[in-house]
Amino acid sequence: MKQYIIKRLLISILVLFGVSILLYSIAQMVPGDYVTNITSGNPNITAEMVEQMREAYGLDTGPVEGYFNWLSKAIRGDFGTSFVYQRPVTEIILDYMPPTLALAGIAMVLELLIAIPLGILAARKQYSVTDYTIVAIAIMGISLPTFFFAAVLKRIFAVGLGILPISGMVDARMDYEGFALFLDLARHFVLPIAVFVITGVGSYLRYVRTNMLEVLNADYVRTARAKGLPERKVIGKHAFRNTLIPIVTLVGGMIPGLFSGAVITEGLFAIEGLGNIALNAVYAGDIPYLMGFNMFIAALTLLGTLVSDILYAVVDPRVRY
Amino acid sequence: MAKEYVVEVKDLKKYFPIKSGILQRTVGHVRAVDGVSFNIERGKTFGLVGESGCGKTTVGRSILHLTPPTSGEVKISGNNISGLKKKELRPLRPKMQMIFQDPFSSLDPRMPVGEIIGEAVKEHNLVPKSEYRDYILKVMKDCGLRPYYIDRYPHEFSGGQRQRICIARALALNPDFIVCDEPVSALDVSIQAQIINLMKDLQEERKLTYLFISHDLSVVEHISDVIGVMYLGTMMETGSKEEIFKEPLHPYTKALFSAVPIADPDVKMKRIILQGDIPSPAKPPEGCKFHTRCTQCMERCKKEAPVPRDMGNGHVVACHLYD
Repeated sequence: MKQYIIKRLLISILVLFGVSILLYSIAQMVPGDYVTNITSGNPNITAEMVEQMREAYGLDTGPVEGYFNWLSKAIRGDFGTSFVYQRPVTEIILDYMPPTLALAGIAMVLELLIAIPLGILAARKQYSVTDYTIVAIAIMGISLPTFFFAAVLKRIFAVGLGILPISGMVDARMDYEGFALFLDLARHFVLPIAVFVITGVGSYLRYVRTNMLEVLNADYVRTARAKGLPERKVIGKHAFRNTLIPIVTLVGGMIPGLFSGAVITEGLFAIEGLGNIALNAVYAGDIPYLMGFNMFIAALTLLGTLVSDILYAVVDPRVRY
Repeated sequence: MAKEYVVEVKDLKKYFPIKSGILQRTVGHVRAVDGVSFNIERGKTFGLVGESGCGKTTVGRSILHLTPPTSGEVKISGNNISGLKKKELRPLRPKMQMIFQDPFSSLDPRMPVGEIIGEAVKEHNLVPKSEYRDYILKVMKDCGLRPYYIDRYPHEFSGGQRQRICIARALALNPDFIVCDEPVSALDVSIQAQIINLMKDLQEERKLTYLFISHDLSVVEHISDVIGVMYLGTMMETGSKEEIFKEPLHPYTKALFSAVPIADPDVKMKRIILQGDIPSPAKPPEGCKFHTRCTQCMERCKKEAPVPRDMGNGHVVACHLYD
């Protein structure tokens, strides 16, 4: 087991190298760099000044040299300074992580709490009205475009009923502290979390349902019934524990989503989190931040798959490394 | 002395609805089991044979109410279990057990062997807690499983061993009656013999009653006392093993048994080859269900379904030839 994990971590480092090359090439290929973006349309800036700025931002080298400059620092843990924020990238990521983690974390826990029981219910009552209703709602959720659904919710709850704030994280006019501040934050998070959950829960639900159906048809579930076990134990002990095996993979895959999954939703609700900053960084051409953020997500993705592979061995006695 | 029947099945029917259209209206029924009756004496084996899809497995599952039958009456050890609710059935379950065909899917992959065997023993409080482990070990020993297997998981075993676990699992509940749904057809021939002999030994020791479902006639011949031949959800012929093998009466039975290979190159086999395919059980033929493929079909067979007739010695056949 220990050996397996060490091997996997070493492979992950190699993968991260490949990922960083790809990411850097894509970031460089985007037309219009940061300097062009901030100077274009300003008649007072001469070509000479532009050259000087490029040099200052390290954009005067070619992509190959640029990559190696980035890499030699990144290996030492220095991911550079964000063009837009003029602060070290690692510092920004740490600073803006809490709202993202809170939003995506709460949403994902809710998704699992909804998807697992409803998926099991739908599978147990396959082809019934209950099943069709649950699956229909799940598919509606999957098909709803985030921006549209967010706008609808804002129209109803913020503009129409006026019971929830339209966007942002705190009420700017009030100066809350302590518990009142927490309540205010919570109120601002209701709509983004709702959007996140409703558009995301469907795919998990269908996954749980499919797996549960497969398990429910297995002979050992029939055996459990033939043994005279109460239905609660047939489902809880035999069926659900075996459905858990594929769900574990799902949870591992969710880890990077905790930090990146909210890019669009955060933007729509003006939540000051990692996703929102990443979106702005794309517009601005903030290469250091984009590289730092994307490498962070890539590392988390690899970690997530490793975690789910290890969890596999925990929940499934057939898997041993 | 009157014969003691452990299993009495009367006019068992299982229809599966066929649904179609947006409203999922029932447009017809697949008549998987269409009025089957038979009895099994204590300590005997009833071999149920027939082609794939003739409803053998459904008979087994409906008797145990694992798939609730559409109609009919089932008595196990004198208890009428038809019409009972799932909850009312549960305390009776230990007396009627089932062994499935596929030993790879019938064991929960996440449970160690000891728990698989013992789970229901605990559930039904069959032995005191202090004797529980010894009891499990004894059942395992009876089924040819070594004691140190108790903490292993099913994937660590071969097919034959897994089937032994399945048998041990069923036996641990001390049943009267076991439905064996093709228990050996997933195994190698050499292993098949071991398992069959184990089942026979256990039957003698514990006075078990088996319903042995199989399509393998030589296996059925080896283990059965009485044989029932099914075709398209209906019992065509029942009788003692000797009678059925020596003197099959129904044309379908004759055709079926002519396919058994004889281990003697000098004996010329007279195969009766049936024409055509099995009709759909959703739309079984009128009259005798077999008439579309019968070599001795008469006008009458096309209109009138034959009634089972006792030809003596409990040899019952449903065919107009013997009216």
